Amino acid sequence: MGQSVQEMIAQSKGKKSKKFVEKMIPVLLFLIATVSVLTTIGIMLTLIVETVTFFTRVSFIEFIFGTTWLPFSNLDAQFGILPLIVGTLKITLIAIVVAVPIGISAAIYLSEYATDNVRRVIKPVLEVLAGIPTIVYGFFALTFVTPLLQSIFPEIKIFNAISPGIVVGIMIIPMIASLSEDAMSSVPKSIRDGALAMGSTKFEVAMKITVPAAISGIIASVVLAISRAIGETMIVSLAAGSTPKFDGDFTGSIQTMTAYIVQVSKGDAGYGTTIYYSIYAVGFTLFVFTLVMNILANYVSKRFREEY
Amino acid sequence: MRYIEHDIVVKRMNGRNVVNKLFKSIFLLATLSALLALVILLYQIVSQGASHLSIDFLTNFASRFPAEAGIKAALVGSIWLMLVVAPTSIILGVGSAIYLEEYAGKNRITTFIQMNISNLAGVPSVVFGLLGLTIFVRALALGNSILAAGFTMSLLILPVIIVASQEAIRSVPGELRDASYGMGATKWQTIVRIILPAAIPGILTGSILALSRAIGETAPLIVVGVPVIIQFLPEGVMDTFTALPMQIYDWSSRPQQEFQQVAAAGIIVLMSVLLLMNSVAVFIRNKFEKRY
Amino acid sequence: MSTTQAINNRSKTAGLEQESSQATSTSSVYDTKQLNLWYGDNHALKNIDLDIKQNEVTAIIGPSGCGKSTYLKTLNRMVELVPNVKTSGQIMYRGRNIFDKDYSVEELRTRVGMVFQKPNPFPKSIYDNIAYGPRIHGIKNKKILDEIVEKSLRGAAIWDEVKDRLNENAYSISGGQQQRICIARALAIEPDVILMDEPTSALDPISTLKIEELVQELKKDYSIIIVTHNMQQAARISDKTAFFLNGEVIEYDNTDTIFSNPSDKRTEDYISGRFG
Repeated sequence: MGQSVQEMIAQSKGKKSKKFVEKMIPVLLFLIATVSVLTTIGIMLTLIVETVTFFTRVSFIEFIFGTTWLPFSNLDAQFGILPLIVGTLKITLIAIVVAVPIGISAAIYLSEYATDNVRRVIKPVLEVLAGIPTIVYGFFALTFVTPLLQSIFPEIKIFNAISPGIVVGIMIIPMIASLSEDAMSSVPKSIRDGALAMGSTKFEVAMKITVPAAISGIIASVVLAISRAIGETMIVSLAAGSTPKFDGDFTGSIQTMTAYIVQVSKGDAGYGTTIYYSIYAVGFTLFVFTLVMNILANYVSKRFREEY
Repeated sequence: MRYIEHDIVVKRMNGRNVVNKLFKSIFLLATLSALLALVILLYQIVSQGASHLSIDFLTNFASRFPAEAGIKAALVGSIWLMLVVAPTSIILGVGSAIYLEEYAGKNRITTFIQMNISNLAGVPSVVFGLLGLTIFVRALALGNSILAAGFTMSLLILPVIIVASQEAIRSVPGELRDASYGMGATKWQTIVRIILPAAIPGILTGSILALSRAIGETAPLIVVGVPVIIQFLPEGVMDTFTALPMQIYDWSSRPQQEFQQVAAAGIIVLMSVLLLMNSVAVFIRNKFEKRY
Repeated sequence: MSTTQAINNRSKTAGLEQESSQATSTSSVYDTKQLNLWYGDNHALKNIDLDIKQNEVTAIIGPSGCGKSTYLKTLNRMVELVPNVKTSGQIMYRGRNIFDKDYSVEELRTRVGMVFQKPNPFPKSIYDNIAYGPRIHGIKNKKILDEIVEKSLRGAAIWDEVKDRLNENAYSISGGQQQRICIARALAIEPDVILMDEPTSALDPISTLKIEELVQELKKDYSIIIVTHNMQQAARISDKTAFFLNGEVIEYDNTDTIFSNPSDKRTEDYISGRFG
């Protein structure tokens, strides 16, 4: 120990390796950060390239406007995607009808009425609900909700749109509830106090002050939930069936875009067949749907954000 | 002149209070109905699956006969899958988060990366399956191996880990940073010795929750071609395998009633794994909470 | 020492005389009897007795944490929004105990308006802010609402500044204007009493002056109870002043008396800036 600490520091400062590390690390980390961007590019390229190949075999017009989806027919294969979109929309519609009232009610209850203790119990339960794998929800739809519905409405078939629709709804309740609650809780307490001090009931505060002030966040949560419902795969694969239909029937078997991709992936559609390429065309359509929803949600929550 | 008659206000008050109470009950009932759904779901699964749950179920391979069907290959396969997903996604996720929080300037590229991450989080998992099928299974010729499925899953949960890690890093108090710089530490030294240790509980909690999502995901595995009937255990990351949700999906979609019980038993195993992972996350969160 | 005592004694009697002569001329709005309040285990208000008169400005002063805001919020029971609050004793408002079971808080709060520390307009248009109260209390007629809005904004001395921008968001105007919007909002339900919780603490001197002038104007029609940190403000605008310390009322008297001849040593120390 003949040297002072300052001398030792001065010696180590001169080392080249240290300077090199300091210069290289940001570059390396930047490369890692680009992986997420590359993933997006990868998804878009994959979908676009394979979809373009698909359109060399099937006309774009038929795909967009065709009302028959009959890919497995050897003689007369038809690729009109509308039945798959209709199937997806049926599920989404039921899910939203179930989830929006319950999710927003729960959000209002948690942000306006619940005591801290109640909130401490309910929020983790909602988190559990949000963490359950969709395959479990699918099993629940198939083995519990469908038989239950059949016992009440005998005309409902084993595979139908209602049961998976309800269960997708249950799945997205936590999303709507927690995002809407976040939006409502960010309305400052002082504003609520102002309304209460004028003799408002809590219900009036919720309906006339909090919900209107948080409306952009609430709408964004619903739009994100719709996006999630559109992309949901396992619940519909298990419980909705595999019959692409272009009609308004909810009681019988249907098929969604996601379920079609699963159906083809499970089978042995050989690489290079039209059916193989069709899952990319369907996936691309699905991607566009959810992307539009996500951008819309982003736009709504940014554009109409309240400043207090 | 007065506009507001207090007598009338008082008379209306009763009605308004009734409306308030009524809606409070409605909101509470709606909240409870969501909780009830959870209770019914758990009860259904336990009541159907408990009878089939046994040591044999854990040590048997899949079988055509419901009574002999076991989950060994799927359970081991899921563990293998996590061995690939955990390091891949955490290195990529934490690295991205460090870059975005500590190095990236406030410029268009950063905004673009950030926006891209939030959009990527909204892409359906089945679409990630298509990406994995094209890039990992075919283009890189990894086939339907653990590695191909693991990379696909890693990209799927990457946005979740990035966002959680960013929040953890952001919550490290600025004074700690300043104290380190104040002693002449370099940026990288500060990150490795001060920021990461302080942020690690948050990063771990977020990562475990993301991994528990990956372990329950089914759709991407189906699309990359993970098989179901596997009678052997994988020995390396290039082997084919099956996973818990794949096995459950297969059993659920069989028509025989007995297989429903096997599926329920499989779900109990899957949920137990998830419960274990979540408990670890909650434990870490509570243990390291509020240190500054 | 003996001289101070003598002055104190003299002022005490003088104060009492004045008070008793006023008690006959004006009736009381709030009569607080033996009020105690606890936040959990924290005994925040101790045996408060205060008689607050009509058409006067009553200032409540005291150091931070003395219970002055808590007392104000007890008068319209806003304090009950804090979890684990317990009270005992009575607050008679116009002869009725506000803690009575059949006295609904909403009813009480339509008689007692409140202005908060920080301006807290609703994130709505200026018009909708003022019309909020009348609307929830059942007034739907557009013409009457228009009249109420104009009358309230004039009452809060801000009509001329905002009459052309009634449909703009209330957050688009300055903090001082926002606070006067909040006062107008309170006036719109034609309250009997207005509670003000340090209404100028977040405002600049010019806005503060405007609010103080407004308070002088408003006391013709309303009884005003104002909590303030600022002793000069209390001296400028109030008729009576109550000095709170550690949850107790140390002294309650005419403002002139409190500031010129306080009878309690602690009051004197506080107003002369020796603590707080």
